[in-house]
Amino acid sequence: MPNYDSGLDQGLGIKNRRIIAYVVLILLSFLCLCWFYVLFINATRSNGELTKGFSPIPSTHLFENWNNLIHGTQPVLSGMINSVIVAGLSAFLSTYFSTMTAYAIHAYDFKLKRFMFTFILMIMMIPTQVTALGFVQLIDKMKINDTFIPLVVPTIAAPVTFFYMKQYMDSTLSLSLIEAARIDGAGELRIFNTIAFPLMKPAIAVQAIFTFVTSWNNYFVPALVLQTDKKKTLPILIAQLRSADFLKFDMGQVYCMIAFSILPVIVVYLLLSRYIVGGVALGGVKE
Amino acid sequence: MKPKGNVVKYGKRNSIVKYNKWGYIFLIPFVVVYVVFQLIPLASTIYNSFYENFMSGLKQIGPTFIGGQNYATLFEKGDLWTYLSNTLIMWIIGFVPQIFFSLLLGAWFSDTRLRLKAAGFFKTVIYLPNLIMASAFSMLFFTLFADTGPINSILINMGVIKEAYSFMSHVGSVRSLVGFMNFVMWFGNTTILLMAGMLGIDPGLFEAAEIDGATSTQRFFMITLPILKPILLYVMVTSLIGGLQMFDVPQILTNGTGDPMRSSMTLIMALNKHLFSKNYGMAGALSVIIFIITAALSLLVFNFSGNKEAVGKKGGK
Repeated sequence: MPNYDSGLDQGLGIKNRRIIAYVVLILLSFLCLCWFYVLFINATRSNGELTKGFSPIPSTHLFENWNNLIHGTQPVLSGMINSVIVAGLSAFLSTYFSTMTAYAIHAYDFKLKRFMFTFILMIMMIPTQVTALGFVQLIDKMKINDTFIPLVVPTIAAPVTFFYMKQYMDSTLSLSLIEAARIDGAGELRIFNTIAFPLMKPAIAVQAIFTFVTSWNNYFVPALVLQTDKKKTLPILIAQLRSADFLKFDMGQVYCMIAFSILPVIVVYLLLSRYIVGGVALGGVKE
Repeated sequence: MKPKGNVVKYGKRNSIVKYNKWGYIFLIPFVVVYVVFQLIPLASTIYNSFYENFMSGLKQIGPTFIGGQNYATLFEKGDLWTYLSNTLIMWIIGFVPQIFFSLLLGAWFSDTRLRLKAAGFFKTVIYLPNLIMASAFSMLFFTLFADTGPINSILINMGVIKEAYSFMSHVGSVRSLVGFMNFVMWFGNTTILLMAGMLGIDPGLFEAAEIDGATSTQRFFMITLPILKPILLYVMVTSLIGGLQMFDVPQILTNGTGDPMRSSMTLIMALNKHLFSKNYGMAGALSVIIFIITAALSLLVFNFSGNKEAVGKKGGK
């Protein structure tokens, strides 16, 4: 047992292990990226070219596909705008109010503090799907179905974002700073808006991205809420594309539409990936 | 510490108490929104589960109180077990390779002796699929694996198969595709979580083991894995909770049918179906069952992670 290729592990072993690691990493990276490569290539090819079989070389029909797509039956452009509005508002409301909730627990001492903190941690894992039935009935009664309100306003109560903000506050926001502002005569809401909130910028950026992406990708709830074609978000349009008879479609358009709905997220991610990947490990609590 | 008695005596206390009411004020938005959009819907979902309430053609049946009848139907007709086992099977197909590769990559990324170059690049790449719209990703797979799609055309050109394989009409291939997509989408996330845990291990332990002549494999199984156990458990249970909510991928891939023969119909897909056909009684019962399972699993997570770390720290203050 003790002599079990120990010599190899020290000398040749480390080199070999490194090679194996690189090979596995490259294969897995290929597995992650090849789908998107095929997608973007296919989005540049015409329906005729696509039916002939796969080729890894891009073609010249991207603008043609794009033109057909936005002049087609699917309200793609309004879908994009709707998605941006819903995801943008969600990101803003969720981060602002989650920071506020975290600030309440962090900066003040009150009777229900411990209870509230424990309560929010406990409800963190409850999926929104299980309350969907009551949710749909409620927004029907409130006459806000087929609007963006039921998609945007509920993000104010986001336990996961709250938890991340609370963790970040524990390490960055000192109570003496708040105390000093009080002595200077600043009101509590003002202290929160001008001192605490700006100090949380790095954490807010990370959570704003996550909330934006989650909302951008969300399909289950918007599909139940939005009925008018002009109000639908991109995931619903993708689902409609799937349920329409597949072969009647111009495949170039189908690929173009998929590319169109995931490209914004890819671009944002590539620009900000450093913060995002770091943020995942920090939060530790994502689905 | 009851501040009330002190208020009268000391002016200073008074001002602190005055500030502390702001704790409640700042909690108002969260509490109000949570109660209105989560708690009330949850209550009315549970309420609905005890009523017969559905559309038969154009005729509205109910709502009539029928006690546990909806639950009984779900359990007896066997649908619940079919959907639950479909969900679990597809979760396992994705989770096994996910945890395997995440452990492997996590160990490599956190191994200081291996000194992998471009680790940042690889982390960025493997995390990317997690952010992609699941419905778009699924639609992409549907087109790629269609009978006339590029995968079939590549396989035929390479001579692996003679004629197009119909991925969408075989139980095994549909389930494998769903599991595979979940694997691709989630292994980057799990890798980063596990790596954070591995980086927290005292390097002295590894050095000591190395002096004793332990191989890298032995170090992994004797040191890393046992220390990582709580995080592994956390990853597993949270992944299971996420897996039970599986919806977008199989819904789009099979166009909501769960074909072939409902073999890829998940719990939430069934719920979605009931919601659209306005069978509120059954939808309620199914929601409550999913809620109970997730709540039980959440409590498990809460007990070995949140409770000790977050709340425990608070208590010690």
